[in-house]
Amino acid sequence: MDVFFMLLINGLAEGALIFLMASGLSIILGLMGVVNFTHGTLFIWGGYIYIATYNRTQSFLLSVLAAMAAVFLLGAVFEKLFVSRVYGNIPAQILITLGLQVIFTDLVRLIWGATPITVARPDFLAGRWVIGGATIVHYRVFLIFVGLLVAIGIHLLITKTRIGMVIRAGVQRPDMVQALGINIKLYFTFVFAGGAALAALGGALYAPLTGSMSSTAGLHNQVLAFIVVVIGGMGSFLGSAFGSIFLGLMGAVVAWFVPSLSVVANVTLMALILAFKPNGLFGLAVKK
Amino acid sequence: MKSLLKIEDLVSYIGLYTILQGVTMEVNKGEAVVILGRNGAGKTTLLRTIMGLVNTRSGTLALEGRSLIGRPTYTIAKEGIGYCPEDYGVFDELTIEENLKIAMWKEDKETLQRRDYVLDLFPDLKVAYKRLSKTLSGGQRQMLSISRSLINDNKIILIDEPSKGLAPVVIERLAHALQEIRKHTTILLVEQNFALACAVGERYYIIDEGRTVDEGRMEALMSDKALQSRHLGAI
Repeated sequence: MDVFFMLLINGLAEGALIFLMASGLSIILGLMGVVNFTHGTLFIWGGYIYIATYNRTQSFLLSVLAAMAAVFLLGAVFEKLFVSRVYGNIPAQILITLGLQVIFTDLVRLIWGATPITVARPDFLAGRWVIGGATIVHYRVFLIFVGLLVAIGIHLLITKTRIGMVIRAGVQRPDMVQALGINIKLYFTFVFAGGAALAALGGALYAPLTGSMSSTAGLHNQVLAFIVVVIGGMGSFLGSAFGSIFLGLMGAVVAWFVPSLSVVANVTLMALILAFKPNGLFGLAVKK
Repeated sequence: MKSLLKIEDLVSYIGLYTILQGVTMEVNKGEAVVILGRNGAGKTTLLRTIMGLVNTRSGTLALEGRSLIGRPTYTIAKEGIGYCPEDYGVFDELTIEENLKIAMWKEDKETLQRRDYVLDLFPDLKVAYKRLSKTLSGGQRQMLSISRSLINDNKIILIDEPSKGLAPVVIERLAHALQEIRKHTTILLVEQNFALACAVGERYYIIDEGRTVDEGRMEALMSDKALQSRHLGAI
């Protein structure tokens, strides 16, 4: 029972981190039809900016906000200067976003060095509880809480606001949204930048979890996010949330019992779902 | 009558294919003008070109003297053009309420009055107001599409084959609604159903192979069987 409880917390915390990456990626794919390989790079930029700010200010909140704001701007620049030129051209999207990933990952190495940099958890999140035989790390519970808050926030944004209404409509008929007098390109920039900010939030929260950030961390998390998007279905917020929790829990269980099969389990799950539900579990029918 | 939409020698293309090869027409304020023609003549492309959804190669296209050529679709719509595409363009995952709300440029008293007006015009929509649009029938989706184009104070609405795929009884209801709408709005209607075209239109243009080949008053076309047969085939 102790192990079950511990795996549940670890799995949900891992799922929360993956969700932060995958939700943005899923909406970018669903709304804009853009296969975005810069997401992992934006994740590490969030982590590095968080660490740089935290080491100067010792303020957790300020550092997280600085990471999100900076990467939001970076995402907006990516979209305006590069991605907007290749809408509808998937091979070009893959090439251009892979190119940006290489350049901006190397820029991280140039600025902060190739070796991982370390950061301590903020004092108020550094403790742990021991319940029976299980050790529950405060920070992991905090991650679950943040993941939940972000999920509720995005859900409210998508279902209760005009921005969300345009996003939902745009996933189905971007041409018709424009024909109603709405500048969908502006929303594309906002969504791309918002997705980037979520990736940065993931990176900023990941760094204190592992105690360090390296330039290679983005790739691993990006792969997980893509798996979640495939499992959940592109453009589906609910799919991203469900897929992230499922992948997080499965990852925690497999890593505990058969660590060597972690990656195999994720990919096998994705292949099975693709075989039986090609649009993912909650995928929308997208008309371009 | 004051000229609203003016098109001269309009040529537009999709990919490698030139679809419109010289369309000329004029729609005056308050008129209901019908575009007729065989399948593949370029009628739908004409409406999509006006909306900026198809690229223009040459010619002029202006609303109240302001050119629409080369402009993004959303700014063309903001000039005061409502558009009801052939496939309705309804957002399936949004409710009827949301489909109407997303089209509103502002939520002032006049806009809300127009919303109430379209809900009175199409009571089906009022009954299903909170339902997802994907649950609607073809006729109800068409009603929603037309309602959405009326929700703002548009100068003209473009309607593409509203009768397509609908049962005769629904077409009849639609004809009554369009006759009511034309009292307040300028309409440019693409329609293959000759009876509906006659019920709504005052003037017509016939397009063939991407060119305007004839124009005139609807009464003249209705009484000229030879002309109908020559340009429109079996009606």
